Amino acid sequence: MSGVDGKTETAKADEPTKSSETGTTVETKGDRFPSFVTIAMVLLVGIYFGIVLTKSEVVRWQRVHDMFLFREPFMYLIISTGIVVAAVLMLVIRKLGLKTIQGEVIKYEPKPFHTGVVIGGTIFGAGWAITGACPGPIYAQIGGGAWMALFTFAGTLVGMYLYAWLKPRLPH
Amino acid sequence: MVDFIMQPWPWWFSGILIGLTVPLLFLLADKAFGISTSFQEIGAMCAPGNFEYLKRHQWRSGIWTVVFALGIMVGSFIAVQFLSSEPVEFLPASFASAGGAIRLVIGGLLIGFGTRYAGGCTSGHSITGISNLSWPSLVATIFFFVGGLAVTWGLGNWIFEGIAQ
Repeated sequence: MSGVDGKTETAKADEPTKSSETGTTVETKGDRFPSFVTIAMVLLVGIYFGIVLTKSEVVRWQRVHDMFLFREPFMYLIISTGIVVAAVLMLVIRKLGLKTIQGEVIKYEPKPFHTGVVIGGTIFGAGWAITGACPGPIYAQIGGGAWMALFTFAGTLVGMYLYAWLKPRLPH
Repeated sequence: MVDFIMQPWPWWFSGILIGLTVPLLFLLADKAFGISTSFQEIGAMCAPGNFEYLKRHQWRSGIWTVVFALGIMVGSFIAVQFLSSEPVEFLPASFASAGGAIRLVIGGLLIGFGTRYAGGCTSGHSITGISNLSWPSLVATIFFFVGGLAVTWGLGNWIFEGIAQ
């Protein structure tokens, strides 16, 4: 990754364009493709996560259904174990001041709270219960050959466009 | 050992490996683990139209979300083809019908709209957000379950008719 230096370079390089163009394109300044190494690492971790999702069976509709019916603790145990392991390791990373392989300081930007966290969260939960898949498992189902999941995926894109359209009118 | 790998993995093993994803993605790629931004990315990259939400999205730097999604597909393919002794049942067979397709499209719509409105899903909010001690993500997760439980217990008989076991 180009890192801090890359970011300042980018900002400088984009300054003339910014002043010569109209307001709407300003936000896209400094938008650069990630480095090859970053892309390769993301792909690797993605493959790892895809294997884990499918081998853990959290991609199965029945598991999600049984979770919402409180028939088995399986999903709750997986999710809470995942959170605890991630929390402990993030704590270790912070305590030791570990950096990324590119030498960057690891910084998590919390997602802000707004009305959408409550309303959108509830709506997503409903979709999760109906399809038996959250976004990760949708991709895993498609990759695993469950072609019906393409309908779920098509639905998510429609929903995403619906949000893009309604966003100015929704409370945030 | 081989048998352990080829069978469905136990919850503790899966939970640990899912938790590892967060620090792995930070350390190797400087990215916060999350998946639903890929929907916005696909819209911004392919057809942003006149939507500010998509035009303002930095799709070049955000392209990693789509790469990550592709990785998940490849990983799942590997898991099904080479790491499973028995076929994996993702969706009950009854979903392979017109009614099933309609349910999936509607459910998918709620997922796409809801995750984008909430700013994240189970990965970005529940796993990454909570593990980084961010309270809005805990609130989001509580409401994921409010929505899921309401649908399952309130409308379940109607929505899952002929599908649920």
